[in-house]
Amino acid sequence: MRRAKLAVLVPAVAGSLILLPPWATAGTPVDQQTRFEAEVRASGASFGGFSAQRGEAFFNATHGSEWSCSSCHSRNPLAAGKHAKTAKPIGPLAPAANSERFTDNASVDKWFRRNCNDVLGRLCTAQEKGDVLQYLMSLK
Amino acid sequence: MDTTARRWIFDLTAWTIGLLAGTALIAHEAMADAKRAAPPNERWSAECGTCHVAYPPRLLPAPTWHRIMSQLDRHFGVDASADPAAAAEIGAYLERYSGPERRTALSSDTLRITESRWFLHEHAEVPAAVWKLPAVKSAANCAACHTRAEQGDFRERNIRIPH
Repeated sequence: MRRAKLAVLVPAVAGSLILLPPWATAGTPVDQQTRFEAEVRASGASFGGFSAQRGEAFFNATHGSEWSCSSCHSRNPLAAGKHAKTAKPIGPLAPAANSERFTDNASVDKWFRRNCNDVLGRLCTAQEKGDVLQYLMSLK
Repeated sequence: MDTTARRWIFDLTAWTIGLLAGTALIAHEAMADAKRAAPPNERWSAECGTCHVAYPPRLLPAPTWHRIMSQLDRHFGVDASADPAAAAEIGAYLERYSGPERRTALSSDTLRITESRWFLHEHAEVPAAVWKLPAVKSAANCAACHTRAEQGDFRERNIRIPH
């Protein structure tokens, strides 16, 4: 009986692992920080850790364009935001308020790419991304 | 055959042809509607529905969707770029279920749904002040008045204009 169950379970679990698409990389906000840290080090810059304080300032400031991160994500990332142009509601950004945030590498990369282009007119550095996430993780 | 009988036959024939043509036309329209009612597509709703209502494919003609999808990195002033596989799937979906050219063609080169003749016609009775309400903010915000826009339902009965 037990063996029969195993005979079904093992291939099923193995199969589902294989079938997971490569972009469905699950993770946690801490995993993202590990990734960003590796990126900073790989760039040759010295790494002195991520700073929630620096991240907060970066999050609320404009960077040469009309929008800041907080224009859409609200100055209180524990609360829902609203798209600055279309007014469509945006779920809270802080992981404490929205457990789906920063759990999928591809989604994290996509949104940093798009939104940094909108707010800064360039990609964000790994240090900037890590600082912002440090700030968001500090919110409870 | 006398004249009355001939007239009867002529009238009957004319009526039959008219009825058949009418039925065919209605059937054709119904089929066109069915073609336009696109099945939901997960990637389309995820990628296109985060910043604004995921606009149904039937709202624009295929060539316009094609142009929109070819410049996603400059999407109405915002970077909306998607990974190539997602963009290809969404592009094909939008073009497959796109609206008829004669109805949805734009009156300008802006790629905005709000500048198609049917949109302007359908919204002609909406007072200018309504568009400026904080609850509306932008004509892109369909859901401000079309309460079931997120479900792709723009029927008259589900319109609630805020005040």
